Amino acid sequence: MSLVDTQPVLAALIALLGLGITFGAILGFASIRFRTEGNPLADQINQILPQTQCGQCGYPGCKPYAAAIAEGDVINKCPPGGQETIDALADLLDVESMPLDAEHGEEKAPKVAFIREAECIGCTKCIQACPVDAILGAAKVMHTVIADECTGCDLCLDPCPVDCIDMIERKTGIQHWRWQLPSDNIIATDRAAA
Amino acid sequence: MLAEYALLLVGTVLVNNFVLVQFLGLCPFMGVSNKLETAIGMSAATTFVLTLASACSYLTYTWLLVPLDLTYLRTISFILVIAVVVQFTEMVVRKSSPLLHRVLGVYLPLITTNCAVLGVALLNINKAHTFSQSLLYGFGAAVGFSLVLVLFSAMRERLAVADVPLPFQGAAIGMIAAGLASLAFMGFAGLV
Repeated sequence: MSLVDTQPVLAALIALLGLGITFGAILGFASIRFRTEGNPLADQINQILPQTQCGQCGYPGCKPYAAAIAEGDVINKCPPGGQETIDALADLLDVESMPLDAEHGEEKAPKVAFIREAECIGCTKCIQACPVDAILGAAKVMHTVIADECTGCDLCLDPCPVDCIDMIERKTGIQHWRWQLPSDNIIATDRAAA
Repeated sequence: MLAEYALLLVGTVLVNNFVLVQFLGLCPFMGVSNKLETAIGMSAATTFVLTLASACSYLTYTWLLVPLDLTYLRTISFILVIAVVVQFTEMVVRKSSPLLHRVLGVYLPLITTNCAVLGVALLNINKAHTFSQSLLYGFGAAVGFSLVLVLFSAMRERLAVADVPLPFQGAAIGMIAAGLASLAFMGFAGLV
């Protein structure tokens, strides 16, 4: 108490300093205790993205684009995911949904790569280009595509020196089959006219 | 005893509502009331911060400033306390709900400068509240803030689709609506 009486300014300084150090210690402890591993929001976004790793969004893969969305990038840069993915992202992030940005490509039916094996010269260039390791083969040996792994990203088309890769439409199996929805106006309404 | 606390709570929530009667904390009130979900998230964060901050600042005042005869340092110490509580809340929210953290965005750190938080801490000292009274006063202020924020965001969601004349669109009609809501809350005067 004598310090307070004789040196009030010093006492005030010490009190504030003590307060600051205590609070700093609390925050330091909290920052370790509540440390977030990676970016949980980016992980959630990454699960919605189609994982084609095609790079049409301008990022090297789906995960970097997910991180960019978490940082505030627009959600309509993913052509393989199409409108469905954009809607799901808009729902997750609580923002307005928007149409696909045509600059990054347009929504296409799911495709799968097919190598015309008679023409393949075994150069391994498509193997290096494939982001998901869906092409099997070795140097000077015929290559082939593992259809279940292929995401239809088109990235193997450009490197092929003999153009022996086709993108063929993925056949509708029981896993991809969709119910054919009826057209919009099955109920008579005057809403469109109004 | 219980009646006294109930009266204090009703008084802070309705009669002396911090936003619409005392006009404290108007920035988040106008800033975050565009969407109901955001408003609810902001209300929850502010309630937590306000209650905790009023308790912490009371403890700092009674155990540190009064014994050392440094009560003139209360404003700066309370700002320190509030900043720490807000920072702590931000860490917890980022850990527990990253989505809410993103939605609240800049408004979460801005609770630090929410005048209602500092106002409650200083008014607690001015009114010579005890610890439990301070806690209740802070909580009441937060509930009042939340109530008004949620009500007002519901109103603004209606206004967003309403046919508002061009010169009044956007913030202007928001201000007018806030004024009318404030008038409505004047009706509670004399209740306690």
